[in-house]
Amino acid sequence: MIPARFDYVAPTSVEEALQALAEHGDEAKILAGGQSLLPVLRMRLNAPEWVIDLGKIDALRGIRDDGDAIVIGALTTHHDVMHDALVEEHALLIKKAATEVADAQVRHRGTFGGALAHADPAGDLGAPALALGAEFVIAGSGGTRTVGADDFFVDLFETAIGEDEILTEVRIPKHTGWGAHYAKFVRVAHQWPIVAVAATVKADGGTISEARVGLTNMGSTPLRARGVEEALAGATASEDGVREAAAKAADGTNPPSDLNGSAEYRRHLATVLTRRAVAAAAGG
Amino acid sequence: MTTIEEAPPAAPEIGKDRRRKEDQRLITGRTRWTDNIALPGMLHLAMVRSPHAHAKILSIDIEAADKSLNIYEVFTGKHLAETQGVVVNAWPITTEQKTPDHLPMAIDEVHFAGEIVAVVAARTAAEARDAAELVDVEYELLPAVLDLKEAAEDKVLAHPSLGTNKTAFWQLDSAGQGTGRAIDEVIEEARADGIVIEREYRQQRLIPAFMEPRSVVVDPTGEQITMWSATQIPHITRFLLAATTGVPESKIRVIAPDVGGGFGGKLQTTPEEWITWATARKIGKPCKYTETRSESLISAHHGRDQWQKLTLAATKEGKVTGLKVDLLADLGAYVGVVGGGVPVLGAWMFNAIYKWDAYQFNCTPVLTNKTWVDAYRGAGRPEATYAIERLMDELAVEVGKDPLEIREMNWIKHEEFPFTTVAGMTYDSGNYEAATAKAKEMFGYDALRAEQKQRRESGDKVQLGIGISTFTEMCGLAPSRVLGSLNYGAGGWEHATVRMLPTGKVEVITGASAHGQGHETAFSQIVADRLGVPFEDVEILHGDTQVSHKGLDTYGSRSLVVGGEALVLAADKVIEKAKPLAAHLLEANAEDLEFSAGRYSVKGTDQGIGIAEVALATFAAHNYPEGMEPGIDAESTYDPVNFSFPHGTHLCAAEVDTETGQVKLRKYVCVDDIGNIINPLIVSGQVHGGLVQGIAQALWEEAVYDDSGTLVSGSFVDYLLPTAADTINFEIDHTTSPSTTNTLGTKGVGEAGTIASTPAVVNAVVDAVRQFGVNDILMPCTPERVWSAIHGSDPGKDTVEGAMPHFDGGNQEDNQ
Ligand SMILES: Cc1cc2nc3c(=O)[nH]c(=O)nc-3n(C[C@H](O)[C@H](O)[C@H](O)COP(=O)(O)OP(=O)(O)OC[C@H]3O[C@@H](n4cnc5c(N)ncnc54)[C@H](O)[C@@H]3O)c2cc1C
Repeated sequence: MIPARFDYVAPTSVEEALQALAEHGDEAKILAGGQSLLPVLRMRLNAPEWVIDLGKIDALRGIRDDGDAIVIGALTTHHDVMHDALVEEHALLIKKAATEVADAQVRHRGTFGGALAHADPAGDLGAPALALGAEFVIAGSGGTRTVGADDFFVDLFETAIGEDEILTEVRIPKHTGWGAHYAKFVRVAHQWPIVAVAATVKADGGTISEARVGLTNMGSTPLRARGVEEALAGATASEDGVREAAAKAADGTNPPSDLNGSAEYRRHLATVLTRRAVAAAAGG
Repeated sequence: MTTIEEAPPAAPEIGKDRRRKEDQRLITGRTRWTDNIALPGMLHLAMVRSPHAHAKILSIDIEAADKSLNIYEVFTGKHLAETQGVVVNAWPITTEQKTPDHLPMAIDEVHFAGEIVAVVAARTAAEARDAAELVDVEYELLPAVLDLKEAAEDKVLAHPSLGTNKTAFWQLDSAGQGTGRAIDEVIEEARADGIVIEREYRQQRLIPAFMEPRSVVVDPTGEQITMWSATQIPHITRFLLAATTGVPESKIRVIAPDVGGGFGGKLQTTPEEWITWATARKIGKPCKYTETRSESLISAHHGRDQWQKLTLAATKEGKVTGLKVDLLADLGAYVGVVGGGVPVLGAWMFNAIYKWDAYQFNCTPVLTNKTWVDAYRGAGRPEATYAIERLMDELAVEVGKDPLEIREMNWIKHEEFPFTTVAGMTYDSGNYEAATAKAKEMFGYDALRAEQKQRRESGDKVQLGIGISTFTEMCGLAPSRVLGSLNYGAGGWEHATVRMLPTGKVEVITGASAHGQGHETAFSQIVADRLGVPFEDVEILHGDTQVSHKGLDTYGSRSLVVGGEALVLAADKVIEKAKPLAAHLLEANAEDLEFSAGRYSVKGTDQGIGIAEVALATFAAHNYPEGMEPGIDAESTYDPVNFSFPHGTHLCAAEVDTETGQVKLRKYVCVDDIGNIINPLIVSGQVHGGLVQGIAQALWEEAVYDDSGTLVSGSFVDYLLPTAADTINFEIDHTTSPSTTNTLGTKGVGEAGTIASTPAVVNAVVDAVRQFGVNDILMPCTPERVWSAIHGSDPGKDTVEGAMPHFDGGNQEDNQ
């Protein structure tokens, strides 16, 4: 389908991009990898007058070590994230989830920042970012601010990023040596998850000492299963050992009902997938 | 698989694993699809479609659209009026059939969401689209009937002026036609002293989802009006354009260039084609319309969509005595070109490979306010095959026998062919025992049954099921007389021409119209063998009514068994026609000549002449016998004497995760008997693709509407097509019972995989969870339905009518 007419600008720095945003305000949309924005435009679900393409801002691309965290530039593609050594070493959960995003073509274009900014509750990266306690660096005309994961996801397709702001990078606290697993439940391979569970655990000698669990598509935003996390401390690293804790996975969630499953079924899936994801992350 | 490219020229082409010669251009895009065609001064069209399932059109304001940038014209149905012709149903299944008028563009009332109410012609496609958004239509909503069973009650009418939603009632009764006993008698007997199995199965609505969206270009500027269309049926389209728009057929040229798939979805004459035709003629400039994927999903015809009420009667030992079928078929808002004929094609297939005493098939095609429904790969036969193959498994459970054993008790034995069935069809050949034995061995049937037992006993959270489908089908549409007796609007013959070029090359023209099947390769192999010329020297021309003036196109697995036979006859005529000239040039008697491997030789001598040399001699025409014309080209029209009846045994093993309901295919084996095989590689492709489409009905695909009549599964985010990642390695093989009704001994294979695989998969899924008290799961067997079945909740509940909103527009208020 053909999008409505728009004007296009491709700034080469964050400052220029912010200027363009300030100028056009809510008549503008930011373009990163385009894997969500272009379908929206083509299906005419939105018709911005301006599209501001971040593609030429090299500073937003790449992954670096920053002491107790790794920092992923907003424009880094899913493909680059999943093949990065720092990500593998310090944030294995992110790698596991990025590998599960869509298909190879989408992963070569779609970006880490774009996916998080788009805030699709069925997106694969929100729950892992939330589980790992990511911090979101957001630039605006007044300077840069950092928003914690718990405050970043506001609602369906809504984040803490203001209309005149840009997500520039995401800091992921290092979880070096933690096991991780992303259990994504789909009917066909190229689908968004019906439900997914992001689990990363620290396990010593067959016992879980610490765990972080994020849920995808179990509400209007990614969710953290804190009840499960607490119950996991001290659990045996096996499916049976974590069964009781995992049974709490759907507590307090409000999942959608759609073609792929009812809310009730999703609640059930969350508990099964949590058990499996945690056990797999713990090597059990 | 090996490709034998450098085999010695004498080796027969038929049977070779030739790679498809058309693929190089198709895969690299070195071709012109309809949407690539650009003509000088061409305008682009965009359609305005109704968002409502059923509504009166009160007014259409085109002013804003008309005034916008580079807009040429905006037409409503009132403007096009009678110039637009009508879209017809070519197969009224009864003489009393109630068929709603189908104008390409609605004038007063719309009957499904997606129906066209206006067209915009602009300099560019983008401008046309922009202006289409500005057309302001005022509707008065009318009550819509969406559910098939409700529609059959006639409480709300899809077309109030028709007075009913039921278009016809069609029956096949074995007692009535003298091919068997009375069904009610047989059922009574079974109720008294036997087994009666009563079930109701749902054939969900599917979307053909061909790869190339439909596209049409009409050029009205020449002496002939030319239409390029991504269609399966250029010849039928030309005929119907002439018949419905009053333009003489001789002034119409229809071209189906390379076409990217159809699966029956392009076996249609469409409102879009007719509107583009009318618009181009009215404006006097070439016009192009290419649909978007979203438009394709809501407006190109859908497939399946039936409720099947079934009563099977059998003896206590498991010998089936009869079947009664009561079918409701959803036709959607209009009766398409085949229309009610699609479910009727199933009438002869519910009895499948089995021998019964009695059979009755009752079919009521019903109108609803949804997208129209017509042929989709298999058309009528997959639905029938599903029903009977599911029932045979249920019977096996009832009797306590292995489902293969139950089938064997009931099937036609190989020595009984030709066999006339209770439905009245005569099957020419087949060997169900051989195909089943081979499949069983390849599958490792006994070992898998043992594993299933072990998993059941240990209460494994992953359970194993084995599904069987011993299918047959009738294809190769069709003997013209039979079609005539069924009130079908056309014949079933096919035409071919063989032209011998002076340089020794051969041009073959076929009336079949390939759209991805590989005809160019397979047909070249046939002609190369027949005429003894190199494969590379044969060129296949098709799809342009000015080149291929006569034909009935491609559908119903007919191209090889009907079109291939026409080719053979035409080639044989060439050989006969050239013989006197060959004799003349050799200074021999025609009776003393024999033709083989491309040469005429004088018996008992080493004298001879190649057919290429004879062709050249007709070009120069310096020396040819008295009374002969200097030409050896020949054509032939072949009318088949019977349908084609491929069959096969398909075995599927599926694992069910009882904690989630997820189904995973473990093993799939099929042994198809399609008679002689021209090109095994092409056959594998047809089988693989067919299997995936059938498996997709079992597990993934479903067109879902919400209660206002909007197609919820209106994009590929929600209409789940499988990819290679979702399938497994299929193990395919063949047995060979050559057809006795055509020279090549071939049977159709285009639809076989789709027809056979759906029940094999669902049988496997049900078999895996039967110990939990499950005897049916609605298709598609989604994880949720399977899980619900295991856990005792309703496995037959409808899909929730909601789509995932991945591409939410965000600040939509900007978009008003
Ligand atoms: C066929 C298909 C399948 C997919 N399957 C999956 C899947 O299985 N799982 C999954 O997680 N995702 C899936 N996606 C989405 C994919 O991950 C996208 O890459 C992602 O949603 C958006 O990233 P993008 O870089 O393409 O962003 P864009 O499409 O360019 O932008 C998306 C939105 O974010 C905003 N935005 C982008 N970057 C910034 C920024 N730096 N600061 C502020 N706002 C910004 C844009 O304005 C826009 O509103 C799929 C996409 C497609 C096309």
